[in-house]
Amino acid sequence: MTPPGPSAEQAVTSSASGNVLLEVRNVAKSFGPREVLKHISLEIASGEFLTMLGESGSGKTTLLRLIAGFEQPSSGEIWMSGERLDTLPPYKRRVNTVFQSYALFPHLTVQENVAYGLQVSGAPKSEIPGRVNEALQMVKMYEFAASRPAKLSGGQQQRVALARALVNRPKLLLLDEPLSALDANLRKQMQGELKSLQRELGITFLFVTHDQDEAMALSDRIALLKDGGLEQVASPREIYAQPATSYTAEFIGQTNLLRAYIKDSVATSGSLQWSCAQPAGHALFSLRPESIHLLSVGPPPAGAVRFRATIRQQIFSGSSEQLELDLAGQLLRARIPVRGPLSGEQEFWFSPADAIAVRE
Amino acid sequence: MYTRAYKWIVSAPPLLWVGIFLLLPYALMLAHSFWLVRDGVIAHEWNLQNYAKLFQNPVYLEVLFRTMRIAAGVTLLSLLLGYPLAYYMSFQAGVRKDLLYQLVIVPLWVSYLVRGYAWKTILGSEGVLNGFLQYIHVTKEPVSFFLYSPFAVVLMLTHIYTPFVFLPLYASLEHIPRNLVEASYDLGASSRATFLRVILPLSLPGLLAGATFAFLLTLGDFLAPLLVGGPSSIMIANIVQSLFGTSYDWPLGAAISVSILLLTISLLFFTERLEKRWAFR
Repeated sequence: MTPPGPSAEQAVTSSASGNVLLEVRNVAKSFGPREVLKHISLEIASGEFLTMLGESGSGKTTLLRLIAGFEQPSSGEIWMSGERLDTLPPYKRRVNTVFQSYALFPHLTVQENVAYGLQVSGAPKSEIPGRVNEALQMVKMYEFAASRPAKLSGGQQQRVALARALVNRPKLLLLDEPLSALDANLRKQMQGELKSLQRELGITFLFVTHDQDEAMALSDRIALLKDGGLEQVASPREIYAQPATSYTAEFIGQTNLLRAYIKDSVATSGSLQWSCAQPAGHALFSLRPESIHLLSVGPPPAGAVRFRATIRQQIFSGSSEQLELDLAGQLLRARIPVRGPLSGEQEFWFSPADAIAVRE
Repeated sequence: MYTRAYKWIVSAPPLLWVGIFLLLPYALMLAHSFWLVRDGVIAHEWNLQNYAKLFQNPVYLEVLFRTMRIAAGVTLLSLLLGYPLAYYMSFQAGVRKDLLYQLVIVPLWVSYLVRGYAWKTILGSEGVLNGFLQYIHVTKEPVSFFLYSPFAVVLMLTHIYTPFVFLPLYASLEHIPRNLVEASYDLGASSRATFLRVILPLSLPGLLAGATFAFLLTLGDFLAPLLVGGPSSIMIANIVQSLFGTSYDWPLGAAISVSILLLTISLLFFTERLEKRWAFR
């Protein structure tokens, strides 16, 4: 995982710190009777790398298309740098898009594709070749300048699409699952390049993906969407460590969801009991697999919750051991440092602070 | 694997069909074009006299050029009508697309002759158009030049061949990925620039196919001049028809046919090359 940028540690909120570049105000979108976006409000800071993460049908692409101008919001407003954006046609917005399928013009060469935006927006003719070459060099595609897109591989087309979108020097770059068509290795490589490109240029990136690892690796902040609503907006570290809902906890990384009953500041879930500050009543807790530790490794801290469990399954994954634990019928997943085969009953512990109360 | 006999049995019918109904007539036509008529009988004497006549008698070239002018007119008008229609239907019509498509197709089910006669009743001196013009007092007398003029031929053939121009155009417009249009807007191009720089270039193969249809179908047409054209708009196919009929000069008719055939084939060859170059895939 690439270490997140300096703006990574932020409050759990949909408002950005620093200069707000883009502001989505209470935007809703319906296609006929189908409500795709439910009153979304979101701020993106200047220079930020924000990822909209969600399953297909969560509305992330629709929100992107509203910002690009390919769709009109049913209600709400979108503002960019103090200018109302949603009433402008797409060609008047200082926003450029990298499309999922690249959408390169098949009848134009790589060079002509990249020059397109400059030509149609009336950039000075003398400037165009220089800026095109610069953009092509930036994505390492200079030598393919005279080729047609059909002659290029997926990764190369991806680079051209990126150069074409960046050559206009947009304030905001929208990326619609740009890496989803690439194979795993190329994907990793492009992730790194995208991230360093974004830092170098200082352009704000709004990135759409359904891949949580990609979102974690690239983003300053992640906006998690579910069924057209914002589930949580936070930095990757925050969203992983402090998931607000059970959906977030399960979507980002793995987790154990513990259904508990709280009475007198003590939570009880099956045979487990720990102290907590929540009010009395039913509650749901997320406990990450790596928060469960093997007792025999070392003494637990004070207040740790100790329990005995049968090991049902052990999967060696190279850097860790994945365990499936059985506590008298209650199943828990644990991830512990590599330590060779385990069997039978073992004693484990977790810290009550790692059991995060989440909304349903 | 299939046996030899099986292969022969299945390929014989199409081979026979092509042989008897296509290759044989062409061979006969080619042979006739090098023969001549003497004393009202076709003499099987090989010569180039028929082809020489084509260039010696100015009538043939004149009619051929007129035919090509009419064909060019029909092509141009069909494109002017067909392109906006195809563009509208592909990009703007939305849910009405299917209905409009059917409306364009329906006239193709009506016989060519019926549509020809329809124009006769519209353009004639007792026709709908003249009646209307007199009714609104634009003219006092029936206007006679509507019917029996090259104009009438162009009008009728444009009506008949516009769907043939429309169909390949519409297909090529439908095949343009919509995200290319979005990408163009996204990069700052207005609708006009998007049309000129993206949509039009990508629809060129369809445009070429449609234009070829209209031009070549008109080139071989002989009914429109008979129905609505009159003597001033005789086309090359009318000459061929009369040479094979009342004039009884099959060899000359065959020579003209072979010439038109060569013209058509070279045009097709040329447009095919262009279409390949513009396919970009």
